[in-house]
Amino acid sequence: MKISVDTAACIGAGQCALVAGELFDQDDDGIVMLLDDQPTEAQYAIARRAASLCPARAITVTESA
Amino acid sequence: MTAGAGVVIVGASLAGLTTAEGLRNEGYSGAITLIGEEDRDPYNRPPLSKQVLAGTWSVDQTTMRDAEQLESLGVRHLRAHRASTVDVNARTVTANGAVVPYEHLVAATGVVARTLPNSRGVRGINSLRTVDDALTLQRDLAGAGQVAVVGASVLGCEIASAARSAGHGVTLIGRSDALRFGRNGNHLSPMIADLLHENDVRMRMGVEVIEVQGRHSVSGLRLSDGSVIPADVVVAAIGCVPAVDWLSDTGIDISDGVLCDANGVAAPGVYAVGDVARWLDPLTGEAHRIEHQATAIERAHAVARLIVTGESTPPIASFFWSELFGNRILVHGRLAPDLPLTPLTGSIGDRRFVAATIRSGRPTGLVGWNMPREFRQERARVIEQAAQHHPHPAVEAAAN
Repeated sequence: MKISVDTAACIGAGQCALVAGELFDQDDDGIVMLLDDQPTEAQYAIARRAASLCPARAITVTESA
Repeated sequence: MTAGAGVVIVGASLAGLTTAEGLRNEGYSGAITLIGEEDRDPYNRPPLSKQVLAGTWSVDQTTMRDAEQLESLGVRHLRAHRASTVDVNARTVTANGAVVPYEHLVAATGVVARTLPNSRGVRGINSLRTVDDALTLQRDLAGAGQVAVVGASVLGCEIASAARSAGHGVTLIGRSDALRFGRNGNHLSPMIADLLHENDVRMRMGVEVIEVQGRHSVSGLRLSDGSVIPADVVVAAIGCVPAVDWLSDTGIDISDGVLCDANGVAAPGVYAVGDVARWLDPLTGEAHRIEHQATAIERAHAVARLIVTGESTPPIASFFWSELFGNRILVHGRLAPDLPLTPLTGSIGDRRFVAATIRSGRPTGLVGWNMPREFRQERARVIEQAAQHHPHPAVEAAAN
C-alpha cells in the first residue's frame, strides 16, 4: 500500500491525524504531514479510514504497492 | 447479500457518493445506482464558498469522482435525473420516467437554498449551493462594488469574508441580534463580530429584508428599520429546505427532512444520509438534521456498513470548521449556551486557543481557533472520554 497526500487541497480538519496518528500529523496551520507513505499491513485499515474521512479528499491510498 | 436490484442512492453529492464508496469498502458486490439531479460529476460543496469564491480554485477542482472513476467503482450514475416518486411496496423509484427497482434505497437529496421573496428574475440576486450558483455569483461579482450578504450564519460569514477579501464593500444583514455559528449559542458571536468589524464588513443585525430594489438588476435592499443598503450583488444565505417532495406518499415522516432511527433507517429498506437526514440521537432522544460535511461522511459509512454487514455504528459527535479572513475555526460537539467558555490552551485574546464548555467535568463542545493541531489533540481526548462514559451506547430503532 502507498499513501499520498495533496497539501494544496488539505483544509486542516485533522480527521486523518485523529484516526491514524501513526501515519499522519499536522503542521502549525493544521495542514497534513505524511509520517509514513508505506504503512505496515496492520495499518492498512486506519489508512483507508483516514482517506475515507478526509473532507477535502486530499488522501489517496493506492492498494497495490 | 444478493445482487438483484441492489442499492439505489438518490442524490449524487458528498453523502450519496460516500455511501457508494462505503458500500464497496465493505465488500458489497451488488449493483449501485446513483441518481443525481445535476448534469455533472459529483462535486464537493464546501470549496464553493471558500476556494472557488476566493478565486484560488477552478470549479473543476471540486470534482470528487469523474465518470471513469465512477465506472471503476462499479457505480451507474444517472445524471440529470430527478427522482419524482417512490413506491415502497414495489420497491421502485421513478426518475425522469425511468422506473428503477431497488433492494435498498438511500435518500441523499440534501437541501435547497431558500431564496429572498419577490426576487425571482432580478439580476444580481444569488444563493450559493450548487456549482451553477457559484459560477453565476463569480460572474456577478466581477465588476461589482457593493455586496450585501443576507443571513448571519456560518455560510453568510464565509461569503462575507471571501467577498471582502476580494476587495468588495460588504454588508452582512442578519435577522437575529447576534451572529449564529451553528448550534453553539452565542459563544463565538462576539469574536466573529470583532473579526468582521476589523476587516470592514458592515454589520446590520436584528433587521429583516423588506424589499428588493431595482427593476432588472438589484440596486439595493430595504430593511425593516426603514434604511436602504445599496448593493449591486446580493447573496442570500438564509437557510435551506430539505429536498423531500419525492418521498411524499411513502408514509415516511418528512416534516423536516427524512426522519430516521439512530442507524439512519427511515422505513424497511429505506435510509437517509447527508443534510436531508434527520437521525435520532439516542443520548437525547431528539432527532436533528445536521448540515455538516463530516457528519455526512460518517453517516454515509454507517449506512453502508449497516446495509452490507447489518452492524450498527455508535453515534458520532458533530464536527465542522470554517475559515474567516484566514482564521481557521474548528468546532467539535456543541458549545452549551448555558455554560461559560473555558480556555484549555492558548489565549482567546490572541486568537489562538482551544476552549470548551464543560459540564460535570466533561466538555460538551470544543472550539479551536488557529490552533488546529492542539484542537485535534483535545478532540481525541474528548472522544476517548465520551467512549468511556458511554461504552455501549443505547442504539435503538425508532417507532418505524
